[in-house]
Amino acid sequence: MDWGSILNNTLAGLLTPTILAFALAALGLAMHFGFAGLLNFGIAGFMAVGAYGYAISVLTFGLPWWAGMIMGVAASVVFALIMGIPTLRLRGDYLAIVTIAAAEILRLLFLTTAFEPVTGSADGLFGYNNSGGFADANPFPVGDYGWGPWTYNEQTLWMLVFGLIVLAVATLLLWALMRSPWGRVVKGIREDEDAVRALGKNVFAYKMQALIIGGVFGALGGIVLATSTNVSPGVYVTSLTFFLWTALLLGGAATIFGPVLGSIIFWVLQAFLTNILPALAESGILPVSGIQAATLRYVLVGIGLMLIVIYRPQGIFGDKREMTFVK
Amino acid sequence: MSSNSENQKSTGLHIGVAAPGVKKVDPILVIDSVKKSFGGLTAVDVEHLEIPRGAITALIGPNGAGKTTLFNLLTGFDTPDTGAWSFEGKQLAGISSFKVAKMGQVRTFQLTKALSLLTVLENMKLGAKNQTGEKLLNSLFPFLWRKQDNELEVKAMELLKRFKLDAKKDDFAASLSGGQRKLLEMARALMTDPVLVMLDEPMAGVNPALTQSLLEHVLNLKKEGMTVLFVEHDMHMVRHIADWVVVMAEGRVVAEGAPDTVMKEQAVIDAYLGAHQDTDLGVVTGRIKVISEEGK
Repeated sequence: MDWGSILNNTLAGLLTPTILAFALAALGLAMHFGFAGLLNFGIAGFMAVGAYGYAISVLTFGLPWWAGMIMGVAASVVFALIMGIPTLRLRGDYLAIVTIAAAEILRLLFLTTAFEPVTGSADGLFGYNNSGGFADANPFPVGDYGWGPWTYNEQTLWMLVFGLIVLAVATLLLWALMRSPWGRVVKGIREDEDAVRALGKNVFAYKMQALIIGGVFGALGGIVLATSTNVSPGVYVTSLTFFLWTALLLGGAATIFGPVLGSIIFWVLQAFLTNILPALAESGILPVSGIQAATLRYVLVGIGLMLIVIYRPQGIFGDKREMTFVK
Repeated sequence: MSSNSENQKSTGLHIGVAAPGVKKVDPILVIDSVKKSFGGLTAVDVEHLEIPRGAITALIGPNGAGKTTLFNLLTGFDTPDTGAWSFEGKQLAGISSFKVAKMGQVRTFQLTKALSLLTVLENMKLGAKNQTGEKLLNSLFPFLWRKQDNELEVKAMELLKRFKLDAKKDDFAASLSGGQRKLLEMARALMTDPVLVMLDEPMAGVNPALTQSLLEHVLNLKKEGMTVLFVEHDMHMVRHIADWVVVMAEGRVVAEGAPDTVMKEQAVIDAYLGAHQDTDLGVVTGRIKVISEEGK
């Protein structure tokens, strides 16, 4: 087994545009579930809205890249409103059902050939970053940057820096919101919305604001992902939502840095397993073929999610006292 | 108990003979033909009811009389089939619950609703109205709300001290006992500076020692100029602190009046109190021999 390359690939997985996109979307989930108690199982839908909103604005409507990104964010606000108005008055579980359905509807709409000229159907969208787009806005001159496993060309560096800035702003925003009286009301709603209503707060409005803010974070995740890869309907599937839930619960649902660190741990673990499982299979330690070994990691992710929820529901960075009172 | 001179009962609240629907000198809450049915069951059917301002009114009645449903209707947590009611002259029909609370009509719940994973102090601060920092955009700029928040903290600590919860301020509300949660819920309701406080069974599940301090708190509300309407099954409490008693049975108001007179009415005894209200439970069931019934 080539331990050197396994280690190198794992360390390289510490900082990728995918992790940044994941962290952003997980941050949105933290806003939704961790702080406001909204069971959103359609975060992949919010990411898709962001990514497609950006790509379609640039390719079909010829907007500049930054305006396209703003359109992607605006689209996610509309998506949150459409979903929230009929469902936020209902009990939490119903929101879960509606969000998972809405995300699937959206994905199928992007997948259908009916809108192929705009959505690219199963092929997805590409080329929106080129020619006068995001890639041309790169302030870094051509060359290699960094060292060791973290060596990037100027393109990847630009994606990473952009993603890091967006993530930093989003994290700061969430932190500022949750330490404020606004955050106090939102957390109160998570605990018991009738009690908060009885104190004269417009619970529906707060839930809507929380849904929109979390949705915008999700859309920003989709946009950051779209800067590094093509926009493809195969990415924004339900399993993406559950990977994000795993990352969120791993870090701690009701924390600011939990979702970010949870995403990093999730992806580093993924990178490690992707590299080590086939190697183990090849050297005969695992009695399966190389391809089977690669899919084994998803089994392990599922087991991991179960173990976290059972034994450490507050996540790695959650307040330990919270667990004492979990009903 | 504190001296009786401080806890003078309010009298002269009504005009004319005390009967269901009697007019009050200064009503704060006026209810007209409010009706609510769940399927075939009529839960509430109140023709006319006025709640006197600045007094403590008890709402009593057997289980299933519709007391809590009436509470829910009055506070906008449930909508009636028909009817109108006004609070301080403002019509409340069709007004959502949070707006009712904003007007100063604040309620507590029969099953206490402490916000478990918020600290006791956060629970209290959440109660205050008109907070600048509760608006989304303002919340990002601490200099806009920091001062108000600190003032609220002082106010919250004063209230917590009164309710003997100040030592618990940094604990999660989930760690409080049932009785302490009742206290916290009442204290939190007071953070809203209410005009009318509606308490749904404030004594349920509270131990006798705490009952006494809760009674004091309720009496204090009146002293501070608030109106109190409460649902209670503890007849000693009702007799001790209520200025006015409204009796409900099967959704209707069957009697109202001052506590000492209304509890002697045959309709009330039949519907609710039973013939043995002052007798020891052991005597009623026959499990304990009567020691000195004649002593009374």
